[in-house]
Amino acid sequence: MTAMVQARGLSKSFGPLTVLDGLDFDVERGEVVCLLGPSGSGKSTLLRCVNRLERPDAGVISVDGEIIGFRRSGDQLHELRGKELARQRSNIGMVFQNFNLFPHRTILDNVLEGACVVKKEPRATAREHALRLLDRVGLTGKVGAYPGQLSGGQQQRVAIARALAMRPKVMLFDEPTSALDPELVGEVLAVMKDLACDGMTMIVVTHEIGFAREVADRVIFMDGGVIVEQGPPHQVIDRPRVERTRSFLARVA
Amino acid sequence: MTAPVSVKAPSGIDELATLRIAPVRRPWQWVATGVVLVMLALLLASVAMNPNMGWPVVGRHLFSAEILRGIGWTVLLTVLCMALATVLGVVIAVMRTANNRVLSAAASLYLWFFRGTPLLVQLILWFNLALVFPLLGPAVFFGESAGGLDTNHVINWFMAALLGFGLHEAAYMSEIVRGGFLAVGRGQTEAAESLGMTGTQTLRRVLLPQALRVIVPPSVNQFVNLFKATSLVAFISGQDLLSSVQHIYANNYQVIPLLLVASLWYLVLVSLATLGQHYLERRLNRGHVPTTAKGAKG
Ligand SMILES: Nc1ncnc2c1ncn2[C@@H]1O[C@H](COP(=O)(O)OP(=O)(O)OP(=O)(O)O)[C@@H](O)[C@H]1O
Ligand SMILES: [Mg+2]
Repeated sequence: MTAMVQARGLSKSFGPLTVLDGLDFDVERGEVVCLLGPSGSGKSTLLRCVNRLERPDAGVISVDGEIIGFRRSGDQLHELRGKELARQRSNIGMVFQNFNLFPHRTILDNVLEGACVVKKEPRATAREHALRLLDRVGLTGKVGAYPGQLSGGQQQRVAIARALAMRPKVMLFDEPTSALDPELVGEVLAVMKDLACDGMTMIVVTHEIGFAREVADRVIFMDGGVIVEQGPPHQVIDRPRVERTRSFLARVA
Repeated sequence: MTAPVSVKAPSGIDELATLRIAPVRRPWQWVATGVVLVMLALLLASVAMNPNMGWPVVGRHLFSAEILRGIGWTVLLTVLCMALATVLGVVIAVMRTANNRVLSAAASLYLWFFRGTPLLVQLILWFNLALVFPLLGPAVFFGESAGGLDTNHVINWFMAALLGFGLHEAAYMSEIVRGGFLAVGRGQTEAAESLGMTGTQTLRRVLLPQALRVIVPPSVNQFVNLFKATSLVAFISGQDLLSSVQHIYANNYQVIPLLLVASLWYLVLVSLATLGQHYLERRLNRGHVPTTAKGAKG
């Protein structure tokens, strides 16, 4: 079986600035990959290319064997828009640094939104699934509250439940704990760890070295738009071979 | 006497805690209140007692059939124009924010024209549309021989007003709606898209409901303005509230009492709109907590 996420020759520039410079990588099914790298090294851009919130200049990405953002006919790729792209995105869960919950809907409705509106699941089934997910992230008591009434850690856990409600094939996390006060980081990482143990394929951009060491199957260190070094955490984090990795880790750890 | 020092030391604050707090006296506030009340009373009295106001005439006409019919037209015109302006305003706002250059340029052009020419001029232009296009339909594009409806039959005062006010108002509404979209963060669109919502779903379920909170107060402002602005149809022989009033006082010369009748009704209509705004805003503010998220930085 092919890897869950595959990228070949992924490039992206903003004006004169080359942010991604011909990246190749695979993420296996059930694998947890942590992306490390200095600020501005293109980690968020890479993640956003996977669900095409960002449109790469060159290269292809596939999720579960399906090219993202294109339809193949013969030996040509035709760019997808609207409904088809939306359908592809619904298979890819994304968790943002700033949660981005819908402030005008209750917690339960936030989690229901995707299933009911996008997947058109019957409300009763979707509701049952949503309640189970909220229970899983430890927020059973908050279903009727609005996002503004929750702590940052609670909001981020709702955001994870909201993404999971789509039954995604892969989950993307962009610095999910960076906006949180230190004492709230643990509860979010615990939920993510639980998810990883459950076999979810995950790509996580994070500065939590401890989490990467403990949960990641593989750590990718990127800088200047390329992958500088990758491998199991004990190798990349504890015995980095490249000087750039070493100096980055010395700064954050 | 024998109390230990540690208890005795803060005895000052304990004693202070037993004291009564005297209310603040603000004599000048009372004086100011008195002056304002007296002046209000004088003003009211002079208005109420003044025979020139013609209160009996006001009473006689306040609920007369002709006035009520005028109110009906005013309300109908205002509501229809506002509905047209809102729908068109949303479309133009979406066009303006679109990536397509032609669409956004077209929207800007619309805004430039309809916001740049006086409302009264537009109104009179629409009323006299027959001078430009005697026939409506294919004839507009392909010449007289292509046929169409007689413009003078289609464009009566009400149609002219509907087009004039509606299109003018749509320009203003589009900017209000665009402001509402700008107030909703980029992250909301991205969250919706990452869930797999299409553009229309994102607009309807995520952007518009949140933008509405910002859109409603200035829109009600426009609505209230429109209520009064519709009185301009008096220039194109309309039949609204002000026109009815003018029609009556042209016969009985009771100008002031009848203008009072009109003013009273405009005040009632605007008050109702304000009341509606209050309930609408209360509904739209669901989930909006004034404090920022606890435990989140920044
Ligand atoms: N929409 C954009 N327009 C212009 N430049 C952009 C845009 N998005 C990102 N960039 C630039 O691309 C570079 C990489 O950004 P990216 O957000 O991917 O970095 P990052 O590795 O996620 O950094 P951080 O750790 O600070 O989040 C940065 O220099 C950023 O300024
Ligand atoms: Mg980033």
